[in-house]
Amino acid sequence: MNFQDILFYIFSAILVASALGVITVRNPVNSALLLVLAFVTCAGLWLLLEAEFLAIALVLVYVGAVMVLFLFVVMMLDINLDRLREGFWKWFPFGATIALIIVAEISMVLMGKYFGLEEMPTPRPHDADYSNTRELGRLIYTEYVYAFELAAVLLLVAMVAAIALTLRHREDKRSPNPSKQVKVRKEDRLRIVTMPAEKKE
Amino acid sequence: MESIQQQFVEIFGTEWGSMLFSLATNMTFIFAIVVPLLLGVAYLTFAERKIIAYMQIRVGPNRVTFFGIPWLRGWGQPIADAVKAIMKEIVIPTGANKFLFILAPVLTIMPALAAWAVIPFSPELILADINAGLLYILAMTSMGIYGIIIAGWASNSKYAFLGAMRSAAQVVSYELAMGFALVCVLMMSQSLNLGDIVNGQQGNSFLNWYLIPLFPMFLVYLISGVAETNRAPFDVAEGESEIVAGFHVDYSGMAFTVFFLAEYSNMILVATLTSIMFLGGWLPPVDIAPFTLIPGIIWLLLKIAFILFFFLWFRATFPRYRYDQIMRLGWKIFIPITLVWIVLLGSIMQLPESIRNTFPLNIWF
Repeated sequence: MNFQDILFYIFSAILVASALGVITVRNPVNSALLLVLAFVTCAGLWLLLEAEFLAIALVLVYVGAVMVLFLFVVMMLDINLDRLREGFWKWFPFGATIALIIVAEISMVLMGKYFGLEEMPTPRPHDADYSNTRELGRLIYTEYVYAFELAAVLLLVAMVAAIALTLRHREDKRSPNPSKQVKVRKEDRLRIVTMPAEKKE
Repeated sequence: MESIQQQFVEIFGTEWGSMLFSLATNMTFIFAIVVPLLLGVAYLTFAERKIIAYMQIRVGPNRVTFFGIPWLRGWGQPIADAVKAIMKEIVIPTGANKFLFILAPVLTIMPALAAWAVIPFSPELILADINAGLLYILAMTSMGIYGIIIAGWASNSKYAFLGAMRSAAQVVSYELAMGFALVCVLMMSQSLNLGDIVNGQQGNSFLNWYLIPLFPMFLVYLISGVAETNRAPFDVAEGESEIVAGFHVDYSGMAFTVFFLAEYSNMILVATLTSIMFLGGWLPPVDIAPFTLIPGIIWLLLKIAFILFFFLWFRATFPRYRYDQIMRLGWKIFIPITLVWIVLLGSIMQLPESIRNTFPLNIWF
């Protein structure tokens, strides 16, 4: 067992524990924070697989932006935990079915021997100056450009839809217009009056 | 160096010996970066108080000195402040979530220090020369926000929570503009490695620095950096006059000081990144004799000090932004500017060589 194996087992132990914590912890804020921990350790695992671009992008996008907003929302919600647990047995069969399907899918992946996964050659570690980012960029913008553009369009449509669903034009809202504020000159607002000095009684 | 490695191999065997040796050397380098950084933070607070004091026609701290030397008056102030902070009690509010309350300052200082791993101080002086350096920096700085949000929530106080909410929205919005500004830098340098970014600015003089072709991006990056570090005039997360002290209102003693250290080391980090990406890093301004003799790290430190002065100057000059104005600046001004500049830069890069050579001043490539 060398240093990389030890790192792998540490990371995967933390990952499994925190992923379990996400679904078992009572407090939603704690479970969101555990999800953040899961993402970070997952990024560590990807770094061990030489996928440094994906690992850093995971931290940057999911940890740095998505989960921040998620926490933001979860912290402001006033969640009634008892009401959440009310329908547990009613929904249990449905959840169990989905869990069974997922277990079946995972076991299909894990039964690699059956599908001849082990006949693949062992991947060779790349040199230190191999740039993951450059390779990924080259693939995305040449071979898979249509799929990439399609995904981009999908995201754009989702973004536009989200804004269109939540945008309200309120009539009673008064917001200042900074460019107008900057353009204001002294003459528009201020009137200087000259008055003779008054005598103090 | 070689002989020490031999010693390690002899004691721990071939595989573990070299592993432990690299661990030990890395730890030494980390201390060599963090200790001067924290000293720099201490004296940055002193510089801030002195500079703002002179801007406001005051004197600033001028009492604490070392060994009664009269011309060092005031220079002992940061040390005295640190001693005071260590002596104070850390109060944990009764309604607070104790674990997260203690964890929050740690989560704030961790990314602020971790980001320094990839900063090149001179062509050879760098802890981790990784390919995706710029991405790593972005990822680390984006994690700094967790400390603030968790501190605000775990304090179980309305003021702290308001500060955390303000800070979260602000940092996430300005990160976008910051990221787009950095996209321009990496389009120019065609590399994510910070050392290569500096080498891309090599030329005869400061005309080759990215400051000139990317001047709007320089401004966007610097201002977003001020917003990202929650410094005045974007310090709505603290906002003494509105929400007492924002997210760290319930923190005392060393726990508060850790937030303070993180804020100032983030300031130095943003100043360092600005000087590396726009002001040519360790390169001298003009490539002629007296300037080239000065070592590169001195130039880098001078540039960092120059940018840091702006941070202090902003704080002394501008009143605090109102919250909706901050959001408007980030989303409606900075992000469109950066997007336009990316398109402009891309189209100039695609121009044929013959047209590019006819430009009066070839600053682009």
